[in-house]
Amino acid sequence: MENLLITILLTSIPILLAGLGELVTEKSGVLNLGVEGMMLCGAVAALGSVLIFGNPYIGILFGAVAGILISTVFSFFTITLMTNQVATGLGLTIFATALTGLIGEPFVGKTAASLPKLEIIFLSDIPYLGKILFSNDILVYFAIFLIFFIHFGFQNTKIGIIIRAVGDNHDSAHSIGYSVKLVRWISTSFGGMCAGMGGAYIPLALTPHWSEGMTAGKGWIALALVVFASWMPIRLLIGALIFGGITILQFVAQARGWDVPSQFLNMLPYLTTILALALISFKLRNNNYAPACLGKHFLGNK
Amino acid sequence: MTNNLDAMTFIEVKNLSKTFDQFLANDSISINIKKGEIHALLGENGAGKSTLVKCLYGVVKPTDGQILINGNHVIINNPREARSYGIGMVFQHFSLFPALTVSENILISLDKKIKKKHLEDKISITAKQWGLPIEPTKKVLDLSVGEQQRVEIIRCLLQNPKLLIMDEPTSVLSPQEINQLFKVLIKLANSGCSILYISHKLNEIKQIASKVTILRSGKVISSTSTSEISTTSMAEKMIGKKVKEITKISKNSYLNSSTAISINNLNRKKLSQFGTELKKISFNVKYGEILGIAGVAGNGQVELMNALSGETLGDPDEIIFEDKKIGNTNIKFRRSLGLEFVPEERNGHATVPDITLTENTFLTFHNTYSKNNNFLNEILLSSNMSSNDTISIINENDVRCPYSNPLADQLSGGNLQKFIVGRSLKANPKVLIISQPTWGVDIGAASEIRSKLLLLAKAGKAIILISQDLDEIYEISNNICVINNGSLSTPKITSKISAKDIGILMGLS
Repeated sequence: MENLLITILLTSIPILLAGLGELVTEKSGVLNLGVEGMMLCGAVAALGSVLIFGNPYIGILFGAVAGILISTVFSFFTITLMTNQVATGLGLTIFATALTGLIGEPFVGKTAASLPKLEIIFLSDIPYLGKILFSNDILVYFAIFLIFFIHFGFQNTKIGIIIRAVGDNHDSAHSIGYSVKLVRWISTSFGGMCAGMGGAYIPLALTPHWSEGMTAGKGWIALALVVFASWMPIRLLIGALIFGGITILQFVAQARGWDVPSQFLNMLPYLTTILALALISFKLRNNNYAPACLGKHFLGNK
Repeated sequence: MTNNLDAMTFIEVKNLSKTFDQFLANDSISINIKKGEIHALLGENGAGKSTLVKCLYGVVKPTDGQILINGNHVIINNPREARSYGIGMVFQHFSLFPALTVSENILISLDKKIKKKHLEDKISITAKQWGLPIEPTKKVLDLSVGEQQRVEIIRCLLQNPKLLIMDEPTSVLSPQEINQLFKVLIKLANSGCSILYISHKLNEIKQIASKVTILRSGKVISSTSTSEISTTSMAEKMIGKKVKEITKISKNSYLNSSTAISINNLNRKKLSQFGTELKKISFNVKYGEILGIAGVAGNGQVELMNALSGETLGDPDEIIFEDKKIGNTNIKFRRSLGLEFVPEERNGHATVPDITLTENTFLTFHNTYSKNNNFLNEILLSSNMSSNDTISIINENDVRCPYSNPLADQLSGGNLQKFIVGRSLKANPKVLIISQPTWGVDIGAASEIRSKLLLLAKAGKAIILISQDLDEIYEISNNICVINNGSLSTPKITSKISAKDIGILMGLS
């Protein structure tokens, strides 16, 4: 049971990290559909750097940087050149899928070192809870920290309020003197960094070898999760755990020999995504939490 | 050079010009504002008022000219720098963030560092001090328009402004709220803060300002003290010609006519989080009558317009036209019965902005074009028919186009509105339902539109006029009712309802 809970937690980390990043990006009014692509970039950069340098922590760094770099391509097109955000985001994912396939080619069949577990003294000795919560690798702690960091940041810090303001009404933000484009660049880069780290987590902790398209739709689930969580970081954790649980379900079913077609179980996370989105949009119809400027171009003052 | 006169001056603008592409929005403007003075800036839409104040607040950069504050040359690159010189601004279309709380809205516009809790206390104190009650933890989207303006004012006051710029502050307020605002402004001026007050309401300027500068086509036409100029000559200077005495069309008396349209217990849910729910709306309009629906923006006008036009549907007997129950029928059907609608939004709702006027006419009338034609003839003839109709709408309504058959958004607001109203009249409606017909339209065009409406009523047609402009409502309606928070008051005869009564019905004391 303990092991099962730990596995669920670990499986949900990539979705959680990428979702948190996208949440910040969307709060500033930018809809980046390239999460899947950015995660792939993070994954291949992490794996490659670990194979070269041998240190998994370097992998996190490379994953984050790769995520930021690829997100700046998106920012340049959508924020500076003002291309369509949906089309650019989709293009980014398609581009990144092919690019990472090319870069990842030499890594096929090699195994990278995994992130070491860090046990927190005293806390990890708590029965049950200690094992689950306090003897994990650094990115698990980081992801949990990030939830509260973002939640607190949006409520209580000036930069957090500015990001929300830009996403809520970019014309007002401009008229009281904030650079809408700069705020959006920063938020999108933050989103890229988080997606890159989320992608990096897959080879660094879950499956330590490369296969093309190894994120397997986790980026899309993260995107759906942001809507599911109605742009609230703490709800995002709950959502990520649910999706982690459903993903693990297929392994449990196999292990226990349940008489359910494996294809059906493989389908479950995506099916749940669609159901969740349908339910949410039904519930949200009259009470919309979405940032008011989400996906809209800021033209600035002519 | 400093003498006593200069010491009294807070800000001086010398020969300021601003061009957008080829267009000269401000042409060598000079203006001088003393400390503690309420200085009015008067001009029609497009006269360059907004451009001038945006230059002062650093939102746009002047092309040429100088700005002196306390006798020193300054260059204002952005709003932050403007604030550091003590300039605050309350925008006409508020620069607030609906999803944020009052204190968060204020926090991000302050340049000093301050804790949110501490700021909330400070807001409450300032609010009490100036008589501008506000709840700092409320979200802005839950506030009335008047309250939102208070947030903007408090936001400026917290920075101890030396000059407060107010862009048409009373256009969204009820009569009572206007009085309250004037008290605050006078108190503020007495404390030494200068106020630059932008308006095109002449009486208001007479009432509150000590000096007035009149702009026309980007130039200063006159700058004098308000005691030396009459409202009539202000108006003449503003529009550049003798105010033509409009042959007063009297209101139509319609007493013996039958009921055209009746609304019975109409309810609608709100469309969005920012919307208003319509609650049990009932009224009748007779042929020949103009019913004015007054109210502060955002009290259900949009929802009511949508319900009347058929953009949102309900039970059949909520709307009865003559004897037909049409509450559940769509726009097209209602128009085929003889109802016409002019929605509030000119660009994008009443017209498609980026297609030509002829094409817009075609979209409106293609049903009637196809009635007597077979499919092929419709294709062949309709472009001719729509272009003939467009030309006659343009000629009959004095729509001034920059070139022949322009895109809809190439027309100025007033001309586009004349086109839209003219197009509705062309359909020869039995009932015209029109929302904010003269909002943002210059005086000349506005009075033409109003006389068209009066003539239509004289011809025995029914009109429902939804407007925020009380003067307009008084000028042309036979009966007045007030929409407040989605409920409608009982219509009263215009002569028997005072502005004060209307203010009370607006739910504001």
